[in-house]
Amino acid sequence: MQNKIYINGLGSISAQPEDLISGEAIRVYDENIFSAISPNYKKYINLKAFRRMSKGIKMGITAAQIALKEAEIDMPDSIITGTGEGCKLDTEKFLENLLDQNEKLLSPTAFIQSTHNTIGGQIALNLGCKQYNITYTQNSVSLETAFLDAQIQLREDPEMKVILVGGVDEVSARITSFRKLDGQLKQNPIKNIDLLKVDSQGTITSEGAHFFALSKEKNQKTYAEFQSVSIKNSIQPEEVTEEITAFLKIQNVNLLSIDAVILGVNGDNRYDHYYKDIQLDLFKNTPQLAYKHLVGDFDTASGFAVYLGANILKSGKVLEVLRLNQVECRNPRTILIYNQYLGRDHSLILLSAV
Amino acid sequence: MKNLRTELKESIIKELNLEDMEPEDISNEEPLFGDGLGLDSIDALELIVLLEKDYGIKLTDPAQSKEIFVSIEQMASYIEENRTK
Repeated sequence: MQNKIYINGLGSISAQPEDLISGEAIRVYDENIFSAISPNYKKYINLKAFRRMSKGIKMGITAAQIALKEAEIDMPDSIITGTGEGCKLDTEKFLENLLDQNEKLLSPTAFIQSTHNTIGGQIALNLGCKQYNITYTQNSVSLETAFLDAQIQLREDPEMKVILVGGVDEVSARITSFRKLDGQLKQNPIKNIDLLKVDSQGTITSEGAHFFALSKEKNQKTYAEFQSVSIKNSIQPEEVTEEITAFLKIQNVNLLSIDAVILGVNGDNRYDHYYKDIQLDLFKNTPQLAYKHLVGDFDTASGFAVYLGANILKSGKVLEVLRLNQVECRNPRTILIYNQYLGRDHSLILLSAV
Repeated sequence: MKNLRTELKESIIKELNLEDMEPEDISNEEPLFGDGLGLDSIDALELIVLLEKDYGIKLTDPAQSKEIFVSIEQMASYIEENRTK
């Protein structure tokens, strides 16, 4: 029998306040690109290193520190990071510098910190961790790929006890705005809370970092059991039900025992039918929840869904603002998360209460 | 015309993102590396770029930088003697 994996600590930085779960009012934005709320990063980051860091690196280190602190872990056995677009701020800074300086006399810092694996590397430097450290960049399944690696390692390697897994993406002026140019974002500004009411092409975007301390051992603070993750890069809309059914069968979980499903609906009328079909059929009697109207859609936004799912399983409470239907969610024990972006990169994550 | 030492302090604060620092917080004799301002090897690379970009001084021998980047005073003296712009 394979060993279980538990979420013992989590850190979330997003466009919503960190106390959202405990009742703080949600933030409303009037733009289609909005920023994450910055905590006091200097509480978590060495001040000498701090001055060079872009927001993505600061968010990543801080969310990682919060997750480890919650799990009472000083040193993880692995650090696995997912990021769809990496350190865009330093990439832009370097490229602008390249143009301004006519490709000569370039600042080394922006170049060094422009690579996708900077975040995972800086987390390790901040901790002094010399263990396995890898970064996955697989569009909107970057975080899920990181989870998959962690799952394999925790199940196959007896030496592996605790793994820090997370996803980070940051907003930058130019590269993020390309999403508007190619129609990934709505052309006119909307309120984020109206995202799922507006019938038009595109979505809204933001940034964030979500880190999770995964362990083979549970403790009194454990949020949830991380049962499994599945990734399919390409699925036809009519195959979603079959994929979900097959995934649950492998996990030995009956469809009726899913107490809530967290969906990545993002208001893009070209692709939300991937969700609509299962909302109307497979999960019509299951509480359906959404989150991208709170934090926007970005490549690792599903980290917020895992954060919500883990908190719902621990507290038993579901925020009203998440609900897509009125089916009551009583004593949730098992939650399924389904996400896709632009009809590609489909992922399923199964969490259960401990 | 702005004093070269003040100009250097302003450039260093800007290029190295020394947040919350003002030129008057850095003394001319204070060590830039180690116990003083606490700069590190990545900052040294930034200073080499700064010397060439702003003053036309190209350092070809890395060992030179150890002698030049001792303090603001040492940097200013070297710039005064070797600048081409």
